Amino acid sequence: MIEVQKLTKYYNDFCAVDGISMTIHKGEILGLLGPNGAGKTTTLRMLTGYFRPTSGTIKIKEMHMPEDAIKIKSLIGYLPESAPLYHSMLVYDYLNYVAKIKGIDDKEKRYDRLLQLSDLCGLSDIMAKPIGNLSKGLKQRVGIAHAMMTDPEILILDEPTSGLDPNQIAEIRDIIKRIGKEKTIIFSTHILSEAEATCDRIAIINNGRVVADDTTAKLTQSVTQGAVIKLTVSGASRDQVFERLSTIDPGLEIKDIAPPEDGVVCFELSTPDNRDLRSQIYLKIKETDWIILQLAKESQALEKIFRNLTREDA
Amino acid sequence: MKQIITIATKEFKDYFISPIAYIVISIFLIVSGWFFFSTFFLYERADLRDFFGLLPITFSFIIPAITMRLFSEEKNVGSYEVLLTMPVSFTDIALGKFFAATLFTASLLIPTLSYPLFISFVGELDKGPVIGGYIGAVLLAGAYCSLGLFASALTRNQIIAFIIGCSLCFTLTIIDKLLFFMPANIISIIQYIGADAHFSNIAKGIIDSRDILYFISVIFIFIFSTYIVMHEKN
Repeated sequence: MIEVQKLTKYYNDFCAVDGISMTIHKGEILGLLGPNGAGKTTTLRMLTGYFRPTSGTIKIKEMHMPEDAIKIKSLIGYLPESAPLYHSMLVYDYLNYVAKIKGIDDKEKRYDRLLQLSDLCGLSDIMAKPIGNLSKGLKQRVGIAHAMMTDPEILILDEPTSGLDPNQIAEIRDIIKRIGKEKTIIFSTHILSEAEATCDRIAIINNGRVVADDTTAKLTQSVTQGAVIKLTVSGASRDQVFERLSTIDPGLEIKDIAPPEDGVVCFELSTPDNRDLRSQIYLKIKETDWIILQLAKESQALEKIFRNLTREDA
Repeated sequence: MKQIITIATKEFKDYFISPIAYIVISIFLIVSGWFFFSTFFLYERADLRDFFGLLPITFSFIIPAITMRLFSEEKNVGSYEVLLTMPVSFTDIALGKFFAATLFTASLLIPTLSYPLFISFVGELDKGPVIGGYIGAVLLAGAYCSLGLFASALTRNQIIAFIIGCSLCFTLTIIDKLLFFMPANIISIIQYIGADAHFSNIAKGIIDSRDILYFISVIFIFIFSTYIVMHEKN
């Protein structure tokens, strides 16, 4: 569906995107992850034809980007980062204008489509308000209605949930999942749990390069092996616990972490060969009168990959 | 073509949503009305010569104020990104915005139609120069709007767009009055570049294809330059 080859973008001397290549298949939900300034937005802007790449090619459905720009643009629904819209226009006028530009010529069809979208995005109360007076979340919804106007085959959403309240975030994730069944969706985010929950595939970008690109399941799997165990104990000093733990296994790595409250000690435990030592730890501490407050295998796999791959010193 | 109309309609309506339109219209009518009526009763002349004579100067300041927001505002607010990612070409956008500004300037002239109406009550009005004057005014408006559009495409700051637009329009207005500074061999070219002479020819009621061609060329050159700027900037 979408083929990107060695996409590069320079702003004067600064390289924002450095040779990104990827293929996105029909019906896939791809999450672009990356720290601020990694090149996510620039990549999306090149895909939508807003920026011209310095070099590299974009092929969408057998069409090439700069030459067939208008045809490609009519296939794509795009929600820019901060949903920048015309502040003085009313929501209805704006959506009507977008519908006209996107080629819904028939007046009745346009009206029907606006009604559908207003139901889908929850806009019925604000149709007659100027866009400039809306809150960030409501603007974002108008932006989503804009992107979905012609029921496009490809949806590109740049941080669709930023600035929304938790209810709205859940709603938008629902919308993404629902429409993602038939459509190709690319969205960028820096909320990892969001990517994990909604995407089929995740690409992590750092300093303009793709540093990981795989299905969500595989990516998560690759790190769960290196899982860490979090242990919080009360009723003992740090050294006592440390001593006792080091007798369990010679390979056990024990790392101090700041305790969440007074009177407790907190450790992060891991073994190089990824054995699960929870039962041994439990038995060892059971011999004493200390109280285990927490003994858990850390499951934030994606966060770990993300931090490892995007750390500055990495 | 349909896209151009859609964009032009939207931009034209936008003028009347913001207060800019009403401020610009009021200032234009006050200034042109004052110039027109201050000498009107002194000379006992039943024509609009003073009104049309000063129009190029008035337009050099009024039109950049109208066109300054066309691109600068969109770039500043960020809606430019929305516009460019919709299925429209650069040409559609440039022409749509150009027609909206020209149409708005033309509608600015509608209230001034009361001047010839008023004169025809008090004296014998020569219709030729008046009709020519209004045709010339619309052509002049088109030319200056294309200059202003170009200035607006250059920057995201509306004030800078206004100043660049004013300098361009003002230069085009007065350049043929500065001929004695110019080397002799380029005088005829400079003279042709000046907008004022072409406009006053038409405003005399002489509709010459050379003058019309001049305005159409200016419009074409600056819309094309706008297109190039848009292309280069993205």
